[in-house]
Amino acid sequence: MDKKFRVHIEFDQCKACGRCIIACPRKILALGKKLNRQSYPAAYQAKDGCIGCGACFYQCPEPGAVTVYEIVEA
Amino acid sequence: MKEMVKFGKSPVFFDKFTRRPGPIQDNMHYCPGCGHGILHKLIAEAVAERGIQDKTIILAPVGCAVFAYYYFNCGGISVSHGRAPAVGTGVSRSTPDSCVISYQGDGDLGAIGFNEFLQAANRGENMTVFFVNNTNYGMTGGQMAPTTLPGQITTTTPYGRDVNTEGYPLKVCEMVDALEKPIYIERVALSTTANIMKARRAVGKALDNLKAHKGFSLVEVLSGCPVNLKKSAEDMNRFIDENMTKYFPLGCFRDRSAEVEEFVPEYAPVHDPEEVKSILFPRKLNIGVSADFRNESDIFRSERRIKIAGFGGQGILSLGIMLATMGKLRNFNVSWLPSYGPEQRGGSANCSVILSREKIASPIIDGECNLLIAMTSTALEKFKGELKPNSVLVYDSSTLERPDVPADIKVLGIDALNIAREIGNVKCANSVILGALSVVLVDSYLQGDDKMDFDRAFEEAIIDSFNNKPEVIKQNLYAFYEGKKAGAKCFKHGISGNIDKKANDDALNEIIKADNFRDSSTDL
Repeated sequence: MDKKFRVHIEFDQCKACGRCIIACPRKILALGKKLNRQSYPAAYQAKDGCIGCGACFYQCPEPGAVTVYEIVEA
Repeated sequence: MKEMVKFGKSPVFFDKFTRRPGPIQDNMHYCPGCGHGILHKLIAEAVAERGIQDKTIILAPVGCAVFAYYYFNCGGISVSHGRAPAVGTGVSRSTPDSCVISYQGDGDLGAIGFNEFLQAANRGENMTVFFVNNTNYGMTGGQMAPTTLPGQITTTTPYGRDVNTEGYPLKVCEMVDALEKPIYIERVALSTTANIMKARRAVGKALDNLKAHKGFSLVEVLSGCPVNLKKSAEDMNRFIDENMTKYFPLGCFRDRSAEVEEFVPEYAPVHDPEEVKSILFPRKLNIGVSADFRNESDIFRSERRIKIAGFGGQGILSLGIMLATMGKLRNFNVSWLPSYGPEQRGGSANCSVILSREKIASPIIDGECNLLIAMTSTALEKFKGELKPNSVLVYDSSTLERPDVPADIKVLGIDALNIAREIGNVKCANSVILGALSVVLVDSYLQGDDKMDFDRAFEEAIIDSFNNKPEVIKQNLYAFYEGKKAGAKCFKHGISGNIDKKANDDALNEIIKADNFRDSSTDL
């Protein structure tokens, strides 16, 4: 059974540097259109297909902006 | 559907970053895309994995990472520019079971603090240094740093770094590799995910060494400064991988962690503050008088200005300190202002001492001197013009001729150097002068009870000045009594009290008995 994952990027913590978008091997992340509290167009998971590699997490300079969840079927 | 966090915020970070008030308390202050944040995460993760959060002390440098203590929920010290390894030395030596992380940038470590860093590495202090190399001074606006690449444009090298005038970048890892003591040296880069993973391993290895207290580890981290280098995230990674690594090759320079045995420090108790206080501030003797005591002699109705001059090594400054101490022990306001050259021995030295019942406006004595003590001819020539009418001049007649001064000035020649030589220590000449001075003061200027009191005051000043050195006290007190005899001879009348040598010695022994020291001492 394949594991499923999900990336959550905290809207107000993202500074839109773009490191996660470049690093993502599946290219599923993108910058949004809406500006956050700090006036950055925060990144978000635009497509399905996260493999849980953690590249975005380690590339992100903010401690709490990126969280990668493993989806455990009920 | 249930979810499990696979990668998330490390527990070593604070929940909220309270660096400044306002709604934004989740973000660090770093610019978008900054390498500091990535390294912070790697360190936080490694600290959490090794369970050393309680023992970790992170030294924040001056530079962008100056606020590290707002982010890491472990020990933190904010250190002067470049001095993190020096402070780390103190911390790791005084609390050997702590894990000291020194986090420094290239301006901090490579420029102003390079000596501290290199010396700490050479001593092999028990700490891990993370050296963030982003080839410029980031916090101040992207000026040239020691690590700026040849030809690289910064705000202070608008035409690119010219190696003819600015030299080549410092290769810190290679330099540290020349030292014997460091056990682990590696250079990593925060660019592609693969490189970040290598950096993660290097951080882990360095913290393994730290946890086992094996010695000095250095991890140099090539990091991006996208704002100051005016690059996008993609260009920044390319710059690191193509330009920086060409000059700063990545890789492990040394790994002796397997050869070094784990060091288990004994539990080091926090040092007793009372003990520290007693080392820093030696015990004071319980001497002096009560707070409301006043000498009532006429001489003290106005400020007494004393100048002591000679050359360095004659005890000029310490004679001044003894006189000032005497004043202090008798509830005077005192000032002591030394003036001397860079030489420890030789060269002219003088000091100005003022004793006053009122507040002292200025410690400078400029032509208004009540008492001049001259130990050399140059000092005598220089300062005798500053004596007021009816003042006193004391000079060392062992080496000087009787000076030519106006008739209203009392001149007292003391054979100080010869007397001190007879005693067996020429360094005591100043105490001989002090003895003579006490006679002049007591016999000519003091009235009533003050006469008795001042005999004691001078002795107390000597004991207090050389506190904790009983042998020196003994010698100087003896010189003081010899000086009293000489002074008395000068005035052609005897002085009362114990000038008999045997009686002297007994009295001195009584004063400086170790018991006497301890029992009569009070805390600060």
